[in-house]
Amino acid sequence: MVDLAVSAPIGRTLPWTAAVRRGGPRLWLGGAVVALLLLVALLAPLLAPHDPVEQDLLAAQMPPAWMHGGDVSFPLGTDSLGRCVLSRLIYSSRIAVSVAFIAASLAAAIGIALGLLAGSFGGWIDQLTSRLIDVWMAFPPILLSIVLAAVIGAGLTSVILAIVVVDWTRFARIIRAETMVQLQRDYATAARVIGMNRGQILRLEIVPNLVPLIVTLLAVEMGVAILVEVILSFVGISVAGDVPTWGGMIAEGRQIVYQSPWIMALAIGCVIVSVVGFNLLGDGLRAALDPVQRQ
Amino acid sequence: MTDILVRAGSLSFAYPERASTLFRRPALREVVKHVDLAVPRGSVLGLVGESGSGKTTLGRLLVRLLQPTSGGIQFDGVEIGDLGEAELRPLRARIQMIFQDPQSSLNPRLRLAVALTRPLQVFGRLKGRRDQRDRAAELLDLVGLAPHFIDRYPHELSGGQRQRAGIARALALQPDFIVADEIVSGLDVSTQAHILLLIRELRRRLGLTLVFISHDLSVIRVLCDDVAILQHGEIVESGPVAKIFERPQHAYTRDLLSAIPLPDVEPGWLTDQREVSVPHQQGSAA
Amino acid sequence: MTAVLSVQGLHVTIGQGTMAANVLRGVSLEVQPGEVRGLVGESGAGKSMLGRAVLGLLPANARIDSGTIEFEGRDFSGMPERERRGLLGRRIALIPQDPMTSLNPVKRVGAQIAMVLRHHLALSRRQALQRAAELLAEVAIRDPRRVLDLYPHEISGGMRQRVLIATAFACDPSLIIADEPTTALDVTVQRQVLQLVERLRQRHGAAILFVTHDLGVVAKLCRTVSVLHAGRVLEEGATAEVLTKPRHPYTRALLAATPRADRPADSLRPVPPELIESLWAEAHRIDRLAVAERA
Repeated sequence: MVDLAVSAPIGRTLPWTAAVRRGGPRLWLGGAVVALLLLVALLAPLLAPHDPVEQDLLAAQMPPAWMHGGDVSFPLGTDSLGRCVLSRLIYSSRIAVSVAFIAASLAAAIGIALGLLAGSFGGWIDQLTSRLIDVWMAFPPILLSIVLAAVIGAGLTSVILAIVVVDWTRFARIIRAETMVQLQRDYATAARVIGMNRGQILRLEIVPNLVPLIVTLLAVEMGVAILVEVILSFVGISVAGDVPTWGGMIAEGRQIVYQSPWIMALAIGCVIVSVVGFNLLGDGLRAALDPVQRQ
Repeated sequence: MTDILVRAGSLSFAYPERASTLFRRPALREVVKHVDLAVPRGSVLGLVGESGSGKTTLGRLLVRLLQPTSGGIQFDGVEIGDLGEAELRPLRARIQMIFQDPQSSLNPRLRLAVALTRPLQVFGRLKGRRDQRDRAAELLDLVGLAPHFIDRYPHELSGGQRQRAGIARALALQPDFIVADEIVSGLDVSTQAHILLLIRELRRRLGLTLVFISHDLSVIRVLCDDVAILQHGEIVESGPVAKIFERPQHAYTRDLLSAIPLPDVEPGWLTDQREVSVPHQQGSAA
Repeated sequence: MTAVLSVQGLHVTIGQGTMAANVLRGVSLEVQPGEVRGLVGESGAGKSMLGRAVLGLLPANARIDSGTIEFEGRDFSGMPERERRGLLGRRIALIPQDPMTSLNPVKRVGAQIAMVLRHHLALSRRQALQRAAELLAEVAIRDPRRVLDLYPHEISGGMRQRVLIATAFACDPSLIIADEPTTALDVTVQRQVLQLVERLRQRHGAAILFVTHDLGVVAKLCRTVSVLHAGRVLEEGATAEVLTKPRHPYTRALLAATPRADRPADSLRPVPPELIESLWAEAHRIDRLAVAERA
C-alpha cells in the first residue's frame, strides 16, 4: 500500500539553493558588504597605505587625491594631524568588527539562555526574568555606558560591556516568546510523550526551530553594536588614545567640517554602509531561512 | 478472560481558572469529572465528545502528560496516576500518542529519519547513523511510505503522508497502548479512509490497544469495539459500539446520533427538531 | 426562467510561469432562483476558488483565463469593479468559513451588521441597529439587543456563525455562497445551523451555493449537487439521484470511502489510487489542450 500525493506533485527541494534564492538581492548585497567589511578588517595592515597613527604636520588637512591640492600618496587626504584618512578608515573597521562580533555574540548568548529559561519554565522564573527585562530595557544605553566608563574606565571593554548589558534583553524577549510558541506545538508535546526531559526538548527539538530567528537577530544586533560604538567613540569614552575609530573620526572631522568636510562625510559613509549591510544580511537571512516552516 | 490493560477509576482533572494571587485562590475549572474506564488488552475504545467535553484532556491524562487531580490510572496493573516523571520514564516506551494536526506534530526542522527515530534515540536503542536510517525506513514501511521519505522534511509531504509519519513515530518504541487524538479530523474523506484502514491493520498485526478520540461518530463506528460518550467532562454512556449506536439510552447520545448528517436524502431532517434558541454563552475556544 | 448564477467553461489559473497551477478547468454549473445546490469536493478540488471567482474575490495572483460568469443574466466577471461591488452583500452574499477571522475583533457585533445594512440600504444608524436586532432574533439568538453590544470574542463559535448568517441574509440577496460554514462546528450545532439556513432561505427566497466536503451535509440540505475534483465537475444532478445511483466512479468511490454511523465497520472502501491517478492524467491532458488552443 504505497501512498501517493493526491495533489500536485511535491518535489524534492535542496535546502541550500532554494534558501539562497529566497534570500534574494538583500542576501547577496548584505552578505557582500559584510564580507567586505570582514576582509578589510582582517587585512588592514596590507590594505592601508600608511600607519594610521603616523603624524605628518606638514601634510595636514590635505584633500583627497582627485581634488586640487591632493596627492595620490594620501588617496583620501589627511586630517588635522596629517594622518592618512584612508588608513584610519580602514583600521577603524577593526574596532567596528570586533565590537560587532564580540558584543553581539555575548548579548545573544546571555539573552538566548535567559529567554529559553523563561519561556520553558514559566511560572515565577518567567515572571522574574520578564520583570528584569522590563526594568533593564528602561535604561538608556548611552547613559549606562557612561556610568560603566566612569566605574571601570573608558575602553573597548566598557563599550562591549555596555552593549551586552543592554541588548541581551532584545534577544531574551524574542526568544522567550518564540520558545513559548514552539512549546505549544504538538511536536513538543510528542517529545514529552517519549519521555524527553526539559533540557533535551529545548536542545534537540526547540533550538533547531529557533536557529533562523537567532541568526537574523544576530545580524541585526551587529549593526546595532557598530552604531553604539560609534556614538561612544564620538563622545570619547570608547577606545583610548590614538586608536582610530569612525566615531572618533566623526568627532574630529566635525571640528574642521568647513575646511575638510570629506573626513566627517567619509566616516559617516562607512558607518552607514556597514550598518545597512548587516541589516540587509539579517533581512535576507530571515527570508532565506523562514519559509521552510511556512509550507 | 478479559485482561484490562488500562483502567481509570474516578479520574478527575481540574485547573485554576486564573493564576492565584496572594489574596485569593481562584476557582477550579473541572475538565474531567470522576471518569471510570476499562480498556481490555487488544481492544479499541472510542472517546466521543464535542468541544469542551474534556476528551482531549482525558486522552492526555491516560498518557500521563497531565497528572490527575484525583482518582487513579492503572496501566497493566501498575498505578501510574501519582508517579513522578522519573518513575514514569521507563513506562513511556509502552504508552504513546498520535496527534491531530499533521502540520505541527512533526518538528519542521528535522528530517523524518531523525524525527521518527527520536524515541529510540531517547531510550538509547540506536546504534549509530546507519541504524537510524534503517530503523526509520522500517517504520515508514509499516505505514506504507516509501523508504526515500526518510530524507524528507515534513513540509515536503502531503497531509496524509505527514499523518502516517506521525503514526510511524508512535510505533517506534513498539508500545502496547496508543492514544490517538482526533487523528483523522483534518483530513479529506479519501485520505481519512486510508488512515483508518491503516490503523485497523496495524492494530491487528501488532496487537495494539487503542483509545481513539474523535468528535465524529461515523469514524468511531468504523474503528472501535467500545465507545464512551463524554459530555462536560463526564461519561454519560458507554458500552459496545453496536449496542450504543443501535440502542442509545442517554438523551445526549441520541442527540449526537440524530445530528449526524448521513449521506442519505432525508426531507424531515431539517425540520424535525424543535429549534432551541441559543442562550448567551461565554466566548469559548471553538 | 433565468438562472441566478450561470458559470460556463470557467478556467482559472493561479501563479505565473513555471509556478502556474490550474485550479479550475472548464467548470460549468447553474443555480436556479431559490435552488440549493451543493458544491462538493475534497481539499484542492477548487471549490473555494469557484466561490471566490463567482464573488469576484480571487486572490491577486489568480486570473480567469476563459469562461463566463453570469449573475441574473448579466455578465458578472466582465462587469466594472464598482458595479460589482454594489452587488456584493446586497444581491450576492457570502457566509464565510471561519467566523473567528471574518468578524472584526475590535468592533461590536451590532455595529458590524449595521455597517452592511447602512452601506447597501441607506438606513439610519438607529434603523440599522433595529434591523440588526431583528435579524439576530431571526437566527434564534436569545436576547438580541444584548448581543448587539458584545464583541465577537464574547460570544461562542456557534453564535458567531449565526451572526454571519444573519449578515448574509440581511439585504435579501438572491444568491448566497456558503463556504463550508459548518465545518468547524460541533455536530449538534451544525444541525441547528443547517436548519436555520433552510428556514431563512425559505423566508427570504434566496438561492444557495453550498460549498462543502461533507456528503452528509449535501444530502440533508441541497436539492442538487455538483461533484468537483481537480477543478472539474465530474458529476452533477439531483442529490437523491447522485447519492443513490452515482454515475461517475469518483462519486461512487467517495461514497464508499465515507464512514457511516449506521453501517458495519468493514463497509469502508478506500478510494483506489489508480482512479485518482487517471483523473489527474485527464486533468493534465485538458491543461495541455487549453494551452494549445490559446497558442
